[in-house]
Amino acid sequence: MTAPLMICEHCDTVYRRRELACGEVARCVRCDAVLERHHRWSAGAMLALVLTALVVFVQANIWPIVTLGLNGQLVSARLWDTILMMWNDHSQIVAVLAAATLFFIPLGKMLLLGWVLLFARRGERAPGFRLAMVILHHIKPWTMSEVFVLGALVAIVKAHVYFDVIPNPGIFAYAVMMLLITVFAGIDLRRLWDMTAERTA
Amino acid sequence: MSSLPRASELGLIGCHVCGLVCRDNDMKDAACPRCESPLHRRKHASYVRTWALLIAAFILYIPANFLPIMRTVSVGDVDDNTILSGVIELWVKGSPDLAVIVFTASIVVPMLKFFAMTTLLLSAHRRSGWAQRQRAKLYRLVELIGYWSMLDVFVVALLTALVQFGLLSLVEPLPGVVFFGLTVVLTMLASMSFDPRLIWDSRDTDD
Repeated sequence: MTAPLMICEHCDTVYRRRELACGEVARCVRCDAVLERHHRWSAGAMLALVLTALVVFVQANIWPIVTLGLNGQLVSARLWDTILMMWNDHSQIVAVLAAATLFFIPLGKMLLLGWVLLFARRGERAPGFRLAMVILHHIKPWTMSEVFVLGALVAIVKAHVYFDVIPNPGIFAYAVMMLLITVFAGIDLRRLWDMTAERTA
Repeated sequence: MSSLPRASELGLIGCHVCGLVCRDNDMKDAACPRCESPLHRRKHASYVRTWALLIAAFILYIPANFLPIMRTVSVGDVDDNTILSGVIELWVKGSPDLAVIVFTASIVVPMLKFFAMTTLLLSAHRRSGWAQRQRAKLYRLVELIGYWSMLDVFVVALLTALVQFGLLSLVEPLPGVVFFGLTVVLTMLASMSFDPRLIWDSRDTDD
């Protein structure tokens, strides 16, 4: 069931909703913002995507990202080595920012979304659905894994001048995660409200 | 249909969180019946909050640029880099194309944000009807690219963790990087607290 009306969140214009055909995008006539896209992903497909992202996230975190070599001495770093190093080097604020935007928020997002989708597949609302959806809305802008991938690339190029650089599995896992995040960014989670019905006791 | 009705004219409010269309019954602490988030016609105290966050971000942006962000020590040779000198070094020694990317993320994007947000705040406050569509697009651009400025912060963090060769070679973060990280967070908060609907609340809309 879709609600009959919708409001453009960028300019407050009210529209009557209509079903979109495959590939169609509804845009606001006043401000040109995207109102709604046709959703080709079912809840099951989205759940598969979240689980894939979760597997890749684990890989990205347990493997080192890159290894540097100098005169036979090797140093490699994982995400958490980076975070802890910043904490110990008087940059605690940076450590906290990195831990939040690269670890806790992406992880929380995947877990909450997975939980919600697990029930949404059957058209049900998960226990804590409302809270999960509100949290998902608020943490949405605070994932920065894709920026980190580009940062790793820049760091590699910078280090390449002085050191031997050996890319590790972590960087490839991050690259895959970057692609998955791009796919995710096109999904409007608000439609989960319409796809699920409140359980009537 | 030539005129586009706005929610405020029809007595409706769109929930900021879940998008539900609600009736505006003029209550003080109205909440969305679906997600229970507070309902507002416009984001609360949008001008004051956005100005405050933007000014704070600008104050921190000054030390972020003038203080060095990274120290490289190699066999007793100490080299401190600011954001700009890091870009120049990357251009000369590494690859010019990445230097352009870092320059865009660390210098062009924050500057664009300061100019864009100031323009948006001033014009919306004057209830100007000038270039509304373009201003709406400018706001969405700022929202989209804002967080890429974190790039340099992550570069410094990774290099610090990687370049640990004792006396031979060592990289340390310097205070500039903390100021820069805070600037990015504050500008993100500033653009989030701005309400793009204010662009359209002009005295004479040219529909």
